[in-house]
Amino acid sequence: MAKKFDKKTYLKWFESMLLMRRFEEKCGQLYTMQKFGGFCHLYIGQEALLAGMVSAMHKDDNVITAYRDHAHPIALGTDPKLVMAELYGKKTGTSKGKGGSMHMFDKSKNLFGGHGIVGGQIGLGAGIAFAEKYKGTKRVTYCFMGDGATRQGILHETFNMAMMWQLPVVFVIENNGYAMGTSVERTSNVTKLHELGESYDMPAMPVDGMSPEAVHEAFAKAAEHARKGKGPYLLEMRTYRYKGHSMSDPAKYRTKEELAAYKKEDPIEKVREVILKQKYATETALEKIAEKIQKQVAECVEFAEQSELPDGSELYKDVYVQKDYPFLKHY
Amino acid sequence: MRTIQFREALREAMSEEMRRDENIYLMGEEVAEYNGAYKVSQGMLDEFGAKRVIDTPISELGFSAIGIGSAMNGLRPIVEFMTWNFAVLALDQIMNHAAKMLQMSGGQYKVPIVFRGGNGSAGQLAATHSQSFEAMYAQIPGLKVITPSNPYDAKGLLKAAIRDDDPIVFLESEKMYGDKGEVPEGEYLLPIGKAHIVEKGEDVTIVSFGKIIKEVYKAAEELKKEGYKPEIIDLRTIRPLDYATIVESVKKTGRLVVVEESWPYGSIATEITYHVQQNAFDYLDAPVQRITQADTPFAFSVPFIEESLPNAKRVIDAVKKVSYAS
Repeated sequence: MAKKFDKKTYLKWFESMLLMRRFEEKCGQLYTMQKFGGFCHLYIGQEALLAGMVSAMHKDDNVITAYRDHAHPIALGTDPKLVMAELYGKKTGTSKGKGGSMHMFDKSKNLFGGHGIVGGQIGLGAGIAFAEKYKGTKRVTYCFMGDGATRQGILHETFNMAMMWQLPVVFVIENNGYAMGTSVERTSNVTKLHELGESYDMPAMPVDGMSPEAVHEAFAKAAEHARKGKGPYLLEMRTYRYKGHSMSDPAKYRTKEELAAYKKEDPIEKVREVILKQKYATETALEKIAEKIQKQVAECVEFAEQSELPDGSELYKDVYVQKDYPFLKHY
Repeated sequence: MRTIQFREALREAMSEEMRRDENIYLMGEEVAEYNGAYKVSQGMLDEFGAKRVIDTPISELGFSAIGIGSAMNGLRPIVEFMTWNFAVLALDQIMNHAAKMLQMSGGQYKVPIVFRGGNGSAGQLAATHSQSFEAMYAQIPGLKVITPSNPYDAKGLLKAAIRDDDPIVFLESEKMYGDKGEVPEGEYLLPIGKAHIVEKGEDVTIVSFGKIIKEVYKAAEELKKEGYKPEIIDLRTIRPLDYATIVESVKKTGRLVVVEESWPYGSIATEITYHVQQNAFDYLDAPVQRITQADTPFAFSVPFIEESLPNAKRVIDAVKKVSYAS
């Protein structure tokens, strides 16, 4: 498989996955140090999904996801400083401190959020694709959801309409095996999640989500299908989160052996091996990339800490488009 | 002036706006080939085609989400619910997504969408099909809530709603679709957030909205025969609510009766009463009275309906009570 992708792609994957990894590790540290509040759901272990998507997608395609969303804007090219500032609730954040960890949006990158209600984004993603079809564009929408979200009713309503209306949407299940603490096996008799599209005749496939090569090829195939007007595609990305559901979850529902087995499949390590084996870069060069990323993450923290908190009066902005909306007094 | 039905006024509003802006489309159950469950969208499929007048399966949550997603991406959907009772299934999308998107994205994604359909009791349909949702939706920041009571208001307010960039809950009534009223030929819009003084008066203010205001009109005819001069205010919009017009009126009349189709607890009537005691306390000559639906689910049999709903007699009694005449 290695031959299908060039040096540039491997180096890009390595750098982008390492940035996501180091950024999230730093988030975990900062959260433990109580530098910011709210929930904190880390993407560590799942980076290949975004690396493979970004190398396969068209630049103006759309992305929408759930609340495990720090890495999506970073993968799409949003300045990670703005993501960190949002986690800190600063006015320089992606949503000016109004969204926080679970609500990362970047309109300039066609990132439609960051959504905290499990499954809510499934229907929104189909709606974003509906608008593209309505306007006659060739843009594809990638709609991410966790394995837990596949048990929401909205999935079935959306799959049905998306198929009936042949919407250009790729549904992407980030199947990391656990809906918070409940394993996929404990939520349904149907544990092969790609089969969930079958009732609606939706083409689907399982994908090795720990392999950026496999992920890229799956995204490319699914996106081409959607872009040609053939309708939705469902990708079940089999992945693993190394950390708990959120920072407050010690993940006692799974074994150390299971975690260790997945870590052996670590996408960053595997890409590193290919790079070294193919002599795309030397150990020293990769070390330099790692150092650069470490510095970049440190700069994110510095930026976030030095940014100002929003003024309380900003609360009344961005609630309505109407500028002079007459809010009621509450004290 | 010509007279048309409420449903025709709504249809004209949608059709005129759809001719003006290609990005507006109508979606809902039975809106296209069936020509509308209540014939509101009759003929619209023929004029605008299946791309813009779209039949959906019975999936309120799903098609509401698709509407909201499309609004985030540049379209201006009108989503019809066969009744607002069914929209309860879509509440997550209306409340958690449409109402909050602009704020959660820090102003990046607006949601210009109109959710519309029948609201309130529509005869002997029992508890699940007879609810009025004004107070519930009005509580949600991020939404605007509009309640027309006649064809003229319906057209002007719906056109304004479709042009508005914020998500809108537009509450009609199955019982009003056949109502006739004067509607001018030319284009007009009515402002969102402005109440309408239907009738000037002097000695009591009666505030109401939506179809139940017809009970106020019946009551007013009787009251005028007895020498009362009621001032009648139709709120037209519930959120934002035009408090100033109410307060000005109460300062003049010194007495207030609020008539509302929904339940008493946490009602619009209660909200208005709070505001009036804060802002016109010294002008009140009597405690405010409210007439609402009974504090129970809506039951099937006729005596239950008569017991439950506001009616002209109760309005008359309330006016007499605030006038110390009973």
